[in-house]
Amino acid sequence: MRFTLNGRTATFEGSGARRLLDVLREDLGATGTKEGCGEGECGACSVIIDGEVVDSCLVAVGQVEGCNVTTVEGLADGGRLTALQQAFIDYGAAQCGICTPGMLLAAHVLLQHTAQPSADDVREGLAGNLCRCTGYTKIIDAVLACTK
Amino acid sequence: MHEVTYLRPKNLAEAVRLYRTTPACRPLAGGTDLMVMLHARVIRPAPTAVLDLWSLAELKGVRRQGDMLEIGAAEPYTGIIRSAEAQRSVPALVAAARTIGAAQIQNRGTLGGNLANASPAGDTLPVLLAYDAVVVTDRRSIPIDQFFTGYRKTALQPDELITAVRFPLDRQVAFRKVGTRAAQAISKVVMAVSRAPARIAIGSVAEVPLRAVRAEGALARRDDAGAVSAVGEDVRPIDDVRSTAAYRRAVTQNVLHELLHALPRS
Repeated sequence: MRFTLNGRTATFEGSGARRLLDVLREDLGATGTKEGCGEGECGACSVIIDGEVVDSCLVAVGQVEGCNVTTVEGLADGGRLTALQQAFIDYGAAQCGICTPGMLLAAHVLLQHTAQPSADDVREGLAGNLCRCTGYTKIIDAVLACTK
Repeated sequence: MHEVTYLRPKNLAEAVRLYRTTPACRPLAGGTDLMVMLHARVIRPAPTAVLDLWSLAELKGVRRQGDMLEIGAAEPYTGIIRSAEAQRSVPALVAAARTIGAAQIQNRGTLGGNLANASPAGDTLPVLLAYDAVVVTDRRSIPIDQFFTGYRKTALQPDELITAVRFPLDRQVAFRKVGTRAAQAISKVVMAVSRAPARIAIGSVAEVPLRAVRAEGALARRDDAGAVSAVGEDVRPIDDVRSTAAYRRAVTQNVLHELLHALPRS
């Protein structure tokens, strides 16, 4: 089967019932995607499939055949970070970093759907992403900084 | 590790045929329950195949069907939330969909999955009960009040696939979910109420999504206070990690009081 991963064609042979998360990390070397809970609760494994944020631990890889998948590796343009990534650095919105790829992807989709989100919009947009270190305020500030 | 076979039918007819002929096969839609259970290997007997229904066009969409609203079994909650027709016709379902998980789950979770999984805490299930929804399968229509037959048990035959859910458009339904937090919470109590006809449907308070029949009797007699009192006897809550039976019973009565207040008397 094949799908588009960060703008390039990715191919995979094996059971389509395997988790997209595992195929990304173990077969395709896209280890930016992290496993947190493995139950769809924490959002650490968030990826973007055809423009929508999903937990890759809940997706069978066969289900993304023909789809566009974006992981955190696909955000930056070469060495140039997106404004959102730079804001995460500037605002200290990462500590241990496990939640950061998922936070970035969920926030990326939020900003694409809502150009001028309120703080509440950001909280709702990131509600599926748990952070156990920074306490969210800096993360929300970083996202809001990209809307100015 | 024994690999699970992945089957991706091209259309509903092929899905029905594959499901009938493949032993130990589980239908897969958005995976929000099934992928977790597969990975944890908690399904007994262990499935040897999954049948992917996610991309079947016949199971997608929100549309008017005569005097009913029909929602495809594999339409994700996000599609329901964004549907102007659903917002107009079944606002309580849209409200319920918005409380499920967060964006990641709403983008994958489906009514078909919520029904087939048949968790007593399924957030859309009281809404379906309050609307008298009809579960459409590959072979028949099942009234929702006949669908849940026991703890995580349904009236579905072993080879029967849910294709859609139909909602009558004849009533106003109010919805409320009580969880630990607004997002990513499994309900402690989840309720949907209609005055006419009198429907009081509650999740997380019994082994099945429950119709509170004593309370509905009182509501049909326009006795709101009697309904709030009786609902405490209708529910059969338990103590578990998420809450206590006493809390659930008290909150059930409070939420019913609140929802009846929100629903105008005709």
